[in-house]
Amino acid sequence: MTAVRSLSERRETKRRPKRGTVSKVAWSIVAIVIALIWAFPVYWMVSSSFIPNIELQSFIPKFFPVHPTTSNYAGTLADGSFFRALGISLGVTAIAVVGSLIFAFLAALAISRFRFRGRISFLLVLLFIQMLPAEGLFIAQYKMVASAGLLNTIIGTSVIYIAYIVPFTVWMLRGFVAGVPAELEEAAMVDGLSRTGAFMRITFPLLAPGLVAAGVFAFLQAWNEFTVALVTLTTDQMQTLPLWLRGFVQASATREIDWGQVMAASTLVAVPVIVFFLFVQGRLASGLVSGAVKG
Amino acid sequence: MSTVLPRRRRAKLAPYLLISAAIAILLLGMGYPLVWQIVTSFQEFGLAQQFGKPAAFVGFDNYAALAADPQFWLVTARSLAFCIIGAGVTVVVGTAFAVLMTRIPKGVRLTLQISLLLAWAMPIVAAMTVWIWLFDRRRGVVNYVLGALGIDMNRYDWLSNPWTFFLVAGIIVVWMSVPFVAFSVYAGLTQVSDEVIEAAQLDGANGWQRFRLITAPLIRPVLSIVLLLNLIWDLRVFTHFTMLQDAGGKTSDFDVLGTYIYKIGAGAGDFGASAAVSIFILAITIALSWFYVRSMLKEERS
Repeated sequence: MTAVRSLSERRETKRRPKRGTVSKVAWSIVAIVIALIWAFPVYWMVSSSFIPNIELQSFIPKFFPVHPTTSNYAGTLADGSFFRALGISLGVTAIAVVGSLIFAFLAALAISRFRFRGRISFLLVLLFIQMLPAEGLFIAQYKMVASAGLLNTIIGTSVIYIAYIVPFTVWMLRGFVAGVPAELEEAAMVDGLSRTGAFMRITFPLLAPGLVAAGVFAFLQAWNEFTVALVTLTTDQMQTLPLWLRGFVQASATREIDWGQVMAASTLVAVPVIVFFLFVQGRLASGLVSGAVKG
Repeated sequence: MSTVLPRRRRAKLAPYLLISAAIAILLLGMGYPLVWQIVTSFQEFGLAQQFGKPAAFVGFDNYAALAADPQFWLVTARSLAFCIIGAGVTVVVGTAFAVLMTRIPKGVRLTLQISLLLAWAMPIVAAMTVWIWLFDRRRGVVNYVLGALGIDMNRYDWLSNPWTFFLVAGIIVVWMSVPFVAFSVYAGLTQVSDEVIEAAQLDGANGWQRFRLITAPLIRPVLSIVLLLNLIWDLRVFTHFTMLQDAGGKTSDFDVLGTYIYKIGAGAGDFGASAAVSIFILAITIALSWFYVRSMLKEERS
């Protein structure tokens, strides 16, 4: 009896992990297929950018650069418009990142270090503003920038960007500032440092990772922005990279397009973004749903 | 000046000084345009006013004109349908991916996660150019693959028919937004303890029952937040639709609220009407955001 039982038990324990492995393999195959499909557009962009245009002209897609070339990149960069757009993008983004970091940092200090009247209302306003779609405000912002005479200037566009970026940046930095206990600062003050000194020497270095993360987030927002740029930067000379890239697609409606060059252009715009994004991804996700995911 | 203030008083003023810069920039970049927009939505503000004619207040005329315009209601219905279906599909697919991530070995999971991250990280304009080529009628991969599978598409132009145009837009939006949902829900799922699941298994609950009765209630807060965020995000698809219209159909049959505002505002110069539509889209967003803001503040208060 006991022998029979132990035998069946053994069979049971033997069989169950095996069934587990089979389903694990099946699920793994599903997961790999999904991974391939999801990454395909990105792969396709990079791969095509290295395929000679003559091969891309064929009606049979080339899934791998058999004869890799950089001629698409040379073609894209030839007229210098990329570098002009790069310059404008860098200018707008730099002002937007620095401006939003400074304003957001000060506000984050107030929120996490002080309990003041209007604190919750301020947070409420920030959260609502963060949700507002650019298409609900961009015509009005265009009118404002135009009446200030700042259309097609870096400053006109970046001021609007700062306003869009500040709310989430405050929200992100708030957590970091709260993470540095005020007692640390106080201890340093007991040891003879001034309030500013304690802040600069103790708190600020501890906040550096938070500022970097928030800065990268601000960079991504400003670098990728399209809607506000479309209405406030109207001339070819003042195009940011997204507007410049869109020009290729617009041209495709009227004439045969050199997709190799377009993919080279897309790759040039996308690669820095992808690299930076991988740095902040974790914080970005948890910042958006914090409170909902909790142990 | 500040040195003569007593310390107490200074400590009271400090937070207001600290937030004043942020408030100033928000008033300038958001507040002023918002007020201008509200005022303009009650004015007759067309091309004549652009050239200096004073704008006359017309009460609710702009709104009444919109409400009587079937075109506006068509665009609104299309926008809302796109937003609801897009967000729904995104959340279902994203949740399925998250559950899948819990069932596969670490190496495979990492592969899937990296692939999803790549899609998530793609700048929107670059992603649109790639997708527009993938759906290109002559040299697009989609038509080629469908042909290879035996479905002859006859060089079908996906972006010339409103239905397939919106289908393509939906595929792109889902492709872009699924990674965020998958990662957030996966983070929620890893918080569900194995013991609870095992206990349910011993009690005879099958896989679907375990998900529906145990896992789903535990991750409901995450699910509702990601659904809400996706609803809000799928209303702001101006960039997607502008670029798809660059490559395909441009008539009002291909419009959503964002492109509609752009066409009547920046295109036709009727700022009064565009302001009224803008107020409408802002109102929908604020109504939707209310639940999100409430749940975020609940955490802040505690």
